[in-house]
Amino acid sequence: MNQMRRAFLKGAGALAALLSAGLLDPIAAFAATWNKTAFSAKTLEDAMQAAGYGNAVESPDILLKVPDIAEDGAIVPVEATSNIPDTVSMAFFSEKNPNPLVADFTFSNGAEPFLATHIKMAKTCIVRVAVKAGGKNYMTNKEVKVTLGGCGG
Amino acid sequence: MSMNRREFLQLLAMAAASGLALDSRSVFASDHYDLPPFGNVSLLHMTDCHAQLMPIYFREPNVNIGVGSGKNKPPHLVGEHLLKAFGIPPGSADAYAFTYLDFEHAARTYGKVGGFAHLATLVKKIRASRPGSLLLDGGDSWQGSATSLWTKGQDMVDACKLLGVDVMTGHWEFTFGADRVKHVVDNDFKGKIDFLAQNIQTADFGDPVFEHYVIKEINGVPVAIIGQAFPYTPVANPKYMTPDWTFGIHEDSMQQTVDEARAKGAAVVVVLSHNGMDADLKMAGRIRGIDAILGGHTHDGVPQPSIVKNPGGQTLVTNAGSNGKFLGVLDLDVRKGRIAGYNYKLLPVFSNLLAPDPEMSALIRKVRAPYEDKLSEKLAVTEGLLYRRGNFNGTFDQLILDALIETKGADAAFSPGFRWGTTLLPGEDITMEHLMDQTAITYPQTTVTEMTGQTVKDILEDVLDNLFNPDPYKQQGGDMVRVGGVTYTCDLSQGFGKRINNLMLNGKPLEAGKKYRIAGWAPIAEGVKGEPIWEVVSAYLRDKKVITPRKLNLPRLVGVEGNQGIA
Repeated sequence: MNQMRRAFLKGAGALAALLSAGLLDPIAAFAATWNKTAFSAKTLEDAMQAAGYGNAVESPDILLKVPDIAEDGAIVPVEATSNIPDTVSMAFFSEKNPNPLVADFTFSNGAEPFLATHIKMAKTCIVRVAVKAGGKNYMTNKEVKVTLGGCGG
Repeated sequence: MSMNRREFLQLLAMAAASGLALDSRSVFASDHYDLPPFGNVSLLHMTDCHAQLMPIYFREPNVNIGVGSGKNKPPHLVGEHLLKAFGIPPGSADAYAFTYLDFEHAARTYGKVGGFAHLATLVKKIRASRPGSLLLDGGDSWQGSATSLWTKGQDMVDACKLLGVDVMTGHWEFTFGADRVKHVVDNDFKGKIDFLAQNIQTADFGDPVFEHYVIKEINGVPVAIIGQAFPYTPVANPKYMTPDWTFGIHEDSMQQTVDEARAKGAAVVVVLSHNGMDADLKMAGRIRGIDAILGGHTHDGVPQPSIVKNPGGQTLVTNAGSNGKFLGVLDLDVRKGRIAGYNYKLLPVFSNLLAPDPEMSALIRKVRAPYEDKLSEKLAVTEGLLYRRGNFNGTFDQLILDALIETKGADAAFSPGFRWGTTLLPGEDITMEHLMDQTAITYPQTTVTEMTGQTVKDILEDVLDNLFNPDPYKQQGGDMVRVGGVTYTCDLSQGFGKRINNLMLNGKPLEAGKKYRIAGWAPIAEGVKGEPIWEVVSAYLRDKKVITPRKLNLPRLVGVEGNQGIA
């Protein structure tokens, strides 16, 4: 990546850039309709249900990229792409966080359903990405290990 | 006949000094290094030399347990199991090189191993019959000795250049800091050694930090070498050393790199890896188009490659041991853009059998000259064999733990499960150099921490999972943290959080809620203050003068019946 583009993205903030391009729904992004029940739910199942992702079926058409072992549990990079037609929203969950729902994004204006962000993880557990598409719910899971570190080599 | 301690030590010293009789070349086959050339592409591979410029002893483990798909397969075979699997005669020079069996006697018979001047002679000999061959260095070359620590790895940078290394990847190199590594790569190595890492990106935008691969032409055959650095460097070692980089295992990017190299015409694709052998075996089964993974990190001296089938065909996976003890030679017969056959040999570097290379000897002398007095200081003499390698406490670790507990007035102590660290025979002096061979790191601070019994258990469970998680991508490749004071049971039939049981201290159960004073060293957090470990241990050794054989604090193992990773 060239230095100018790097500087621009750093200055503008990638999320702001996406918002100004009209690709992410600002209402969801700015949480004007904050779903308190979903974000305060204490279990993965409750959070899925409250966020409207209940009865999600596993799908190989969602690609989830997470580290096998987190380099820092406080900022774990997660990246997801949905290849399911008519994807309208995507949410990240961390199974063993005190509140498993981490983020919920709505796509508008035909935005490509690709997201990369960082999430905080309390301990080793399943990271789940759930997708709403064509009136149905889908999901995929991967385990991320969170370790104390040290001792290697 | 009874001997007092002094007589006993004198006898051992005499045995050690009479190396002429015991170490004579007559114990070796006369054609030991006659390796007939084969094919038209040869790759020489060394890895994890841990900055050992001088010949040393290195005892291979008697405990190297494999779990899951790794059970009872290389590299998780020790002692007689390993000899049997690879057809190595007991008592032979190779048995000495590849196993711990009868170690003390074999060491006195066959002598020291490694040493860069001896390795250089062997490299020259092998390359003379293999024109166009490449020498690959799998990393962990700049760390592990006093001189490498004190010169920030410069001694090894110069020695590796003189040795003729063509391509390198890394791990402990990064503990000198990102800037230091970049400086060497951009200056010392420029135009001479390609430092490759397919799996290191900038943390912000995922840009590459090093070249991912290089294509070299060997006798008209385009050969791609892809670098794979240790994926968990920022987890196993301090992250503050490389704050702007991210590592990891990225199968999609590895597959892309392989495909790109093939598209550019590579007839052979080899990965120079610091994943560790279990992770390499898993990767080999999932990526198409890699002919061989030449691996390191786990310090496994494996005589023959493991052959892994995958959707693209098959991949050879090797691991070439540590401490300058071995040189891997992979000969490929490439015809019409395809590999028609191969030969692999992991040659032990027997120092007594290889005349030191004069040029390398001169460099080593120059490097050591300013530090000779410090290096040669005699701290104590050891009555027992001192070694580190193995899944659980080694005797040298036990010595470090004993020193920590006594010096710091601690209830118990932890020492990292590093796999480097050389071996001392009974009767040898423990010099400052030997102590540094076990402790030379850039974050050597000792600490004393108040921990609850629960925290002690949590730490042990966490580290044990780095070793025995059934998914190799979730292993980090070190050995178990060495534990002093606290005893425990280790049940390998169980999963995470349930393996460590029966924690006891001085015959009493460790109480979950009670606080204990735990000594340790090598903190990975930034800004920790504390006396360097070598100062604590050297003071202890000077005070004791004679080190009696250590009593190993080993866990009681459960669930390992029939495991050939235990002697």
